[in-house]
Amino acid sequence: MAAGWSEREYDIAGSKLHVTRAGSGRPVLVLHHDTGSPERLPFYDALAERFDVLVPHHPGYGKSERPQWLRHPRDIAAVYQWLLAEAGVERASLVGLGFGGWIAAEMAALAPRDFHRLVLVGAMGVKPPEGDIFDQAIVSYIDYARAGFHDEAAFARVYGEVSTDQLVEWDICREMSFRIAWKPYMHSQTLPHLLGGVRAPSLVVWGDQDQIVPRSAGEVYARSLPNARFEIVAGSGHCVDMEQPEALARLVTAFVAEN
Amino acid sequence: MHVMYFTEQPMSAYPANVGLEIGHTALMFSNKYFDPVAGSRLYNEYLEQYIYAEEQGVEGFMLNEHHNAPFCMQAKCNVFASILAAVTKKAKIVLLGNPLPLAENPVRLAEELAMIDMISKGRLVSGFVRGGGQEQLATGVNPAFNRERFEEAHDLLVAAWTRQGPFRWEGTHYQHRVVNPWAVPLQKPYPRVWIPGVLSKETIIWAAKQRYPYIALNTSIEATKNIWKVYDEVAREVGYEAGPENRGYLQQVHVSDSEEKAEKNARQFLWMQGEFTGLAHPVWSSPSGYSSPDHRRQFVQFAVGRAESPRGRPTFETQVADGRVIFGTPKTVIPKLRRVLEETRPSIYGLWGNDGTVSNEDARTCIRLLGQEVMPAMREIGNELGLKDPFQLNSPVHLRYSTDLKHMPQAAE
Repeated sequence: MAAGWSEREYDIAGSKLHVTRAGSGRPVLVLHHDTGSPERLPFYDALAERFDVLVPHHPGYGKSERPQWLRHPRDIAAVYQWLLAEAGVERASLVGLGFGGWIAAEMAALAPRDFHRLVLVGAMGVKPPEGDIFDQAIVSYIDYARAGFHDEAAFARVYGEVSTDQLVEWDICREMSFRIAWKPYMHSQTLPHLLGGVRAPSLVVWGDQDQIVPRSAGEVYARSLPNARFEIVAGSGHCVDMEQPEALARLVTAFVAEN
Repeated sequence: MHVMYFTEQPMSAYPANVGLEIGHTALMFSNKYFDPVAGSRLYNEYLEQYIYAEEQGVEGFMLNEHHNAPFCMQAKCNVFASILAAVTKKAKIVLLGNPLPLAENPVRLAEELAMIDMISKGRLVSGFVRGGGQEQLATGVNPAFNRERFEEAHDLLVAAWTRQGPFRWEGTHYQHRVVNPWAVPLQKPYPRVWIPGVLSKETIIWAAKQRYPYIALNTSIEATKNIWKVYDEVAREVGYEAGPENRGYLQQVHVSDSEEKAEKNARQFLWMQGEFTGLAHPVWSSPSGYSSPDHRRQFVQFAVGRAESPRGRPTFETQVADGRVIFGTPKTVIPKLRRVLEETRPSIYGLWGNDGTVSNEDARTCIRLLGQEVMPAMREIGNELGLKDPFQLNSPVHLRYSTDLKHMPQAAE
């Protein structure tokens, strides 16, 4: 782990939760994709230059233990509220990436007054009015991860030659996603009705080439959140954070820095 | 020895060339290629074959089910079981079986099976399976809870059969506030349950703990012996000695009136491009969470094309050599079966007679020769080797009905 980033395990709801943290300033909780997260990403580093950035591994993903009882992403939202309380973090901004966007939206909907800013990037969690959320169950781990990128070179930059350890991790991530988001697949039927309560100003970001979550889902978020702006990032697939890290970091930094 | 006739009930009228071009013949292989005219003919042929089998002396019908694939067109084994329950008289109706995790309502399954048991006048053997990976995807059932659902559905179903209703079930995967089915099995305490399987050790262990016979599906002789080793150890741990009555075996056996014709037809056992269940993506056959975590590392490499299938893709010749496929005339087949019986000592034996595009006429010849010559010979060999089946021994339906346990475990409530 390079200078600046520290690791810590929190005991939350009976399971060990792995969290990395760096930087100082306003707190930002970054919630990763359903494919887990590499240890370090240029996007995380860019945010840590301005903010106090916390990147947990979702319970059951990566280095965090699997809570056998966990049944829904809303449970993860509650776990993260517990984490923020434990870490003494107030008025965090939430940056949710893909599947992590669903969790961020749940958190903001459940505690409308708690957060400074909400950023959803290619967020799952609502049923797209047009198209469907890509079903990972019928493709291989590599094909699913790759479908998150518009440019093959960007995928290679992040994952290189995919190792067996990475494949194992993707299988564990996928199993956890099945355990908690199998049906309805990767969306909630109740979340859209709760988004109207969110008080944090929101930024909804979508890659213009997102093959995983149709843009129409982003439009639902932008429409339903009371104070939301919709931004499209050109030349990016679903994983904007990994494919266009500078562009996304600029957007997020400016937005979170607002008063 | 209990010997049954089985066919996978192939949807043999599908365009194999299209499947080869697309690269898969399961789950996502479009049903626009399912021809219901051919389907109607085949369903009726298969039904008539089972009825004919009883006339030729076959004492058991083994049925199974699969979904979304031409390798097996029986989408609901209870449908064929219901029909056979009414139109046949003596043969056992052996379901191997109903995929429990696919049931959203195991009580309904308990009702269907109770009806089949009553209509057949007590001829039901009700096997249960987990269902293949692609079965979970085909029915929208969460593969990550497959084993939990299997065990809980089993417990609920047996409760629905044996406990007087109404009662309440508040489980993890199943919640029923009123369980009180007005259809209960004729056989008491409940119909025999046999558990078929291929790969997973957990299922063997679970079956042994229940004292349910385990039916090894088309495994090699060596693999079968290893299965019994696991089963026997668990049996000893829970207090009984496993014997032939706990062991079943399903084998691909085609007989005909000439060696040449038998070989030609036996090659049809590899009709699904050499794959048992057709061409499929590994993540369909084994979705995340479906298999034991012990296999994860090996499996993910296979799933992305970096390793061979754990099942392998043995050639016809290999399968003949290791005893998985047997063919010939009754005269040449019986000694081969004797060897398997001597080596693996099962008391339950499924003969998977016909597959693929074997003609109706050849299938009926096979059934006639099995019923009239092969099966009687096997029963004789079974007697000679002391391979007594659960019916002959009246062995307990479940561990909890045992009267011979070395130590009485908690399970014997």
